[in-house]
Amino acid sequence: MEPCGTLILLNFNGGLELLCRSTKVHHVDVELKPGADGLIMKDLLCWIRTNLIKERPEMFMKGDSVRPGVLVLVNDCDWELSGNLDTRLEEKDEVVFISTLHGG
Amino acid sequence: MSNKRGADGNNSGCSCDGGAVFSYDSSSLELEIRRLEAEKDLIEARIARLRLQVEGGKSTGGVTAGRIDDARNKAAGEEQEKGEGRANMNGPPFPTASVCGLTPEMIHRYSRHLLLPSFGVDGQLNLSKASILVVGAGGLGSPIAMYLAACGVGCLGIVDGDNVELNNLHRQIIHTEAYVGEPKVKSAAATCHAINSTVRVVEHREALLASNALDIMSQYDVIVDATDNLPSRYMISDCCVVLNKPLVSGAALGLEGQLTVYHYNGGPCYRCLFPTPPPATACQRCSDSGVLGVVPGIIGCLQALEAIKVASSIGKPLSGRMLLFDALSGHIRIVKLRGRSLNCDVCGENSMFTRETFQSFDYENFTQSPFFPSSNEGLQLLPDTDRISITEYKKRVDSSEPHILVDVRPAHHFQITALTNSISIPLSSLKENFAVIDSAMDEIKQGTGLDASIYVICRRGNDSQRAAKLLHENGFSIAKDIIGGLESWAQEIDHSFPMY
Repeated sequence: MEPCGTLILLNFNGGLELLCRSTKVHHVDVELKPGADGLIMKDLLCWIRTNLIKERPEMFMKGDSVRPGVLVLVNDCDWELSGNLDTRLEEKDEVVFISTLHGG
Repeated sequence: MSNKRGADGNNSGCSCDGGAVFSYDSSSLELEIRRLEAEKDLIEARIARLRLQVEGGKSTGGVTAGRIDDARNKAAGEEQEKGEGRANMNGPPFPTASVCGLTPEMIHRYSRHLLLPSFGVDGQLNLSKASILVVGAGGLGSPIAMYLAACGVGCLGIVDGDNVELNNLHRQIIHTEAYVGEPKVKSAAATCHAINSTVRVVEHREALLASNALDIMSQYDVIVDATDNLPSRYMISDCCVVLNKPLVSGAALGLEGQLTVYHYNGGPCYRCLFPTPPPATACQRCSDSGVLGVVPGIIGCLQALEAIKVASSIGKPLSGRMLLFDALSGHIRIVKLRGRSLNCDVCGENSMFTRETFQSFDYENFTQSPFFPSSNEGLQLLPDTDRISITEYKKRVDSSEPHILVDVRPAHHFQITALTNSISIPLSSLKENFAVIDSAMDEIKQGTGLDASIYVICRRGNDSQRAAKLLHENGFSIAKDIIGGLESWAQEIDHSFPMY
């Protein structure tokens, strides 16, 4: 069977995993929006908010982006280097969300 | 106090006067004597060295003052010491320094460093001229200060305003039981001296704040952030930008750690990465969320490494990159970060952030989170009529008032300790468990014919208010919050109740 979307590996760290049933690693198959020619971060965030975040969505998102204090890494690179919300994702890309820690 | 200490795992079991230092049985007295004797030895050794320095200074025609020169003088003083020793035996002293610029004692002590082709004499010499400030003598700061002292940094500053507590010792390995109740900086400096008495250790026994940070930090070449709170992180980073100093920053919580070097070689500062602070509710603390002791130890060791690299100008420091450590899965990931932001409010091209801006900047207000969180400060969600004090609750228990006590802490907290007859329903699953409360009340009604009251308790009295509010909204209007939670039970009712 043809895959119906884009396979993405998601990783939630620094306490963000608590928002998705304490599971850090998620292999997900994200279906494209009708008419879209590829998956971008903005759509992935919407998808995560709808499908993975089980509690306190405000601890993950603010507006249509992540909340302050969350680093987003696409294939181990800060998403600021790849276009932020417009970062184009490809099959088997890895996206990491990490809440900064302050303890010591 | 005595019971509490006993419950905390101190094996003395004797009564104690609650003083700052353990001093309530002969073994702790001996410990205290040994500690004081060790301190005395250190002080005497320092006096002897300083005397030699003074005499050496006179004979060699004087030396310039200054922190780095001090470290050199010290090395020269030691050399003098050795030279004189030899002179007494064999006549005229040997030259006071070897060709490489390191004293014979330094060559011997740091020989394993000198054998490294990529570090060598240059690395060690650079290190011996460098001054490094460690902010925080806690879980991160412990291994940082110990390694920096051991490796022979010229001057090591330690700043912290806290005292050592027994529940620090599982991770803050620079401190020992004998120093419980003493300033952390005093304890840390004693350990550093014991490891390497040739390193100059400067004690700053105060909290670093915007009012004193410029003065303190300007005395050092490299700053290491080993603090445990958000306002300090912004403040230290801003101050490093204002003073143009590299910042080695580490953090650890639970089973995870993070590490990077800010404001170094064109890399970003903390604000480039996090221009807006996270909501205060997103900031977890070790005292609430827990931390496995070795995790800050690992991050602290890596911070020491980065500080050594920066100070000795070797290798490629972690600037523009961040190391992420996940202890549970055993994963270490090094990711690429954005560069310095030209629009950064503090380090950007058009930044108006000056020393004056820095000193008057309100970091607690900016981050909505305090430098020194007090466990008692808190939330007032409910009117006073919906809350009762712990002594009032005790009275009602003693008068056999039929009631149920709902403990809303997480299940793993309940496992540590709990009041007898309390029912565990964690706040996160309270909504799904109203039926448990209903049936408990029914049982009391059947048994006594009376309507049971409902009391809600947690660790400190914040979550219990949230829970009581939720209960009110769902028909349990009689639910009352117990002010101050189990902490006040331990403080005011039962001193032997273990607190964590």
